Amino acid sequence: MTDVRAYEGAAAPATAATGAPEAEFGDYVALLKPRVMSLVVFTAFVGLFVAPVHVDPFIGFCAVLFIALGGGASGALNMWYDADIDAVMHRTRKRPIPAGRVGRDEALGVGLFLSGLAVVMLGLAANWFAAAFLAFTIFFYAVVYTMWLKRSTPQNIVIGGAAGAFPPMIGWACATGGIGIESLLMFALVFFWTPPHFWALALFMKEDYHAAGVPMLTVTHGRQATRRHIFGYTLVLAGFALALGLTSIAGPIYLATALVLNALFIRGGWIILRRSEEQATAHHYRAEKSFFRLSLIYLFAHFAALAVQAIVGTW
Amino acid sequence: MALHPEHELHRRRSGRNVGLALVLLAFVALVFGLSIAKIKQGDLMQAFDHRPRATALPAEPGFTGGGPAANPVAAPGTPAAALPNARVPAAPAATPEVKP
Repeated sequence: MTDVRAYEGAAAPATAATGAPEAEFGDYVALLKPRVMSLVVFTAFVGLFVAPVHVDPFIGFCAVLFIALGGGASGALNMWYDADIDAVMHRTRKRPIPAGRVGRDEALGVGLFLSGLAVVMLGLAANWFAAAFLAFTIFFYAVVYTMWLKRSTPQNIVIGGAAGAFPPMIGWACATGGIGIESLLMFALVFFWTPPHFWALALFMKEDYHAAGVPMLTVTHGRQATRRHIFGYTLVLAGFALALGLTSIAGPIYLATALVLNALFIRGGWIILRRSEEQATAHHYRAEKSFFRLSLIYLFAHFAALAVQAIVGTW
Repeated sequence: MALHPEHELHRRRSGRNVGLALVLLAFVALVFGLSIAKIKQGDLMQAFDHRPRATALPAEPGFTGGGPAANPVAAPGTPAAALPNARVPAAPAATPEVKP
């Protein structure tokens, strides 16, 4: 009971001094951004699964796990660096660091350790090309996006989105040991999906980005410009999504899915483009929220269709 | 001796310790499983110096000796293929298996 008395007394740890409870195991899990990890796991799995090279199921499982761990580690590094922004934004202020449950140094240590572990283990489980790709992805997300682009340019989401688009390429590299047109198009699918997804979020979460001083497009170029950008990206995205349908990993199921979802996505982007800010406010950003939800389904369905196509047979 | 109720701090620390123990156990199981999977698909070699284990390699037809095969068959690209007396099949056995 000595440590408990110390905790309650004058020599209490920093977390007690701030009134915040000591971290639970779940707080360290939260550092890894499990929701983002789920996207990484799914897209990396599909990238590996649809590759034309057979991978031992257990090795494939380990590879996806280590890719996810690398993604989680970069999430911890992001939380370490962005603790000041997270403390301001309503959506993120309950994260472990701004809430005072986990120290910044601790998050940095967790992020660096897990990054190294994930890269080495992926190299041992799959191949060193995939491991180097994962290391580059962690660097890209933690340094290029988090430390550099996020606070300096309204194109932060566009270029930073590449970090989230690499996992299917890494999964593909785990199986094939290289890059192919198919993996590049899977990259393009996530890369061009990311901006409209986050800009739609920024349209109905505007106060947060204003308060944190993050140069989102909505802040720097205005909301009408953001609406134009969203629509433009839905058109570009459709081109890449349909192009993927003509590759060796696709087939009629994927192409039908892509046709329907891209038509819906372009329609959603068009509705957003045609709305004025007054209309959007009056309708409580219903169209923007609906577009955001559709974007989640859009990405999941495209990759799910690729996986199904790999099972039933491609072109 | 008086019994003390468990403090909230103990519960949190206990949770962290149990969580870490489970993660470490899972990691050990993962590395073990990975080793087994790698060994099953890997080259026949001795662990201590990563040299091909000649006694485990298929012997030359007609070879009846109890010692190492004098002319082992080795898959292309494996360490065994680098042996001076290795017989490497013409078929690219080391090429990744392509899905039908």
